[in-house]
Amino acid sequence: MKSRVPITLVVAALMFFAGYAALFIAPDERTMHEIQRIFYFHLGSWTAMFTALTIAFVANVGWLLTRKPEWDWLGVSAVEVGVVSCTSGLITGVLWGKPAWGIWWTWDARLTTCFILWLLYISYLILRGLIDEPQRRATLSAVFGIFAFLDAPLVYASNRLWRTQHPAPVLFGGADSGLDPTMVKVLLFSMCAMLALMMIVLVDRYRLERMRHELDELSVAAETRSLSAGPALTSATKG
Amino acid sequence: MRNFHFLFAAWMAVWAVFFVYELSVASRVSRLRDEIDRLKQQLREE
Repeated sequence: MKSRVPITLVVAALMFFAGYAALFIAPDERTMHEIQRIFYFHLGSWTAMFTALTIAFVANVGWLLTRKPEWDWLGVSAVEVGVVSCTSGLITGVLWGKPAWGIWWTWDARLTTCFILWLLYISYLILRGLIDEPQRRATLSAVFGIFAFLDAPLVYASNRLWRTQHPAPVLFGGADSGLDPTMVKVLLFSMCAMLALMMIVLVDRYRLERMRHELDELSVAAETRSLSAGPALTSATKG
Repeated sequence: MRNFHFLFAAWMAVWAVFFVYELSVASRVSRLRDEIDRLKQQLREE
C-alpha cells in the first residue's frame, strides 16, 4: 500500500497541473471565451471513459473465450470506472452547456447516445448484482457488456453523422476543424492526466474484485470445514 | 472572468466524482479485508 503513495502523488500533481494549464496556459477561445476551458476536463473525462470501456470490452471477450476469472474481474472493474468517467463527462458537459447554449441539456444525437451509454452500463452493474452464481453472472454480464459497447462507436460518430447542437469534432474532424497548437498541447496533457487518474482507480477497483474472490474461496473453505467437522464430532461422541 | 463559477464547478466536479468513487472503493476494500482476516482467523482456530 505504501508503494502506491508516490504514484498517487504523481497523478494528483498531473491533475493539478492539467487544471492550471487549462485555466492559465491555454489561450482564450474567440466565441466562448473562458467557459471553453471546461473542454479540457470534459474531453479528458470522455477519453478516460472510452479507454475504460474498451478495456471492459476486451475483458468481456476474454472471459467468453477463456473463462479465466481475471477477465471477469477486469471487466466489472473497467465498467465501473467507465461509468464514473462517463458521469464526470456528463456533469462537465451540462456545466458547459448552460453558459454556452443557454440550456442545461438537449436531446441531440451526441448527448442522447451518451446518456444511453451511461444507462446501459448502469444496467450492466445492476444485472451483475442480481445474479448470485459466479459463472453465470460473468457470462451474462460479458454478453451484455459486449452489447452495451456497440453504443460507444455511435457516441463517437454521432456528431460526424448527424447535425447536432454539440460542437463539431475538433480533433480528426476534417478540413475545417482544428485547434490552436497551445490548446492541443494542453488538451493532450489533460487527457494524459485523466487517463493516469483512471488507471490508478482501475487498479484499486481490480484489487477489490480479487479480494472478493479470495473472500468467496475462504467462505467455501470455512463452510466445507465446518460441514466435515460435524460428522467427525458425531462419530467421536458415538465412540 | 465571466462564468468562472461554471468553470470552477466543472473542475471540482471531475475531482469530486473520482474522489467519492475512490473513497467508496477504499471503504469496500477495508470491509473485505476485515472479513478476510476474520475468516482466516476462524480457519486457523478450527
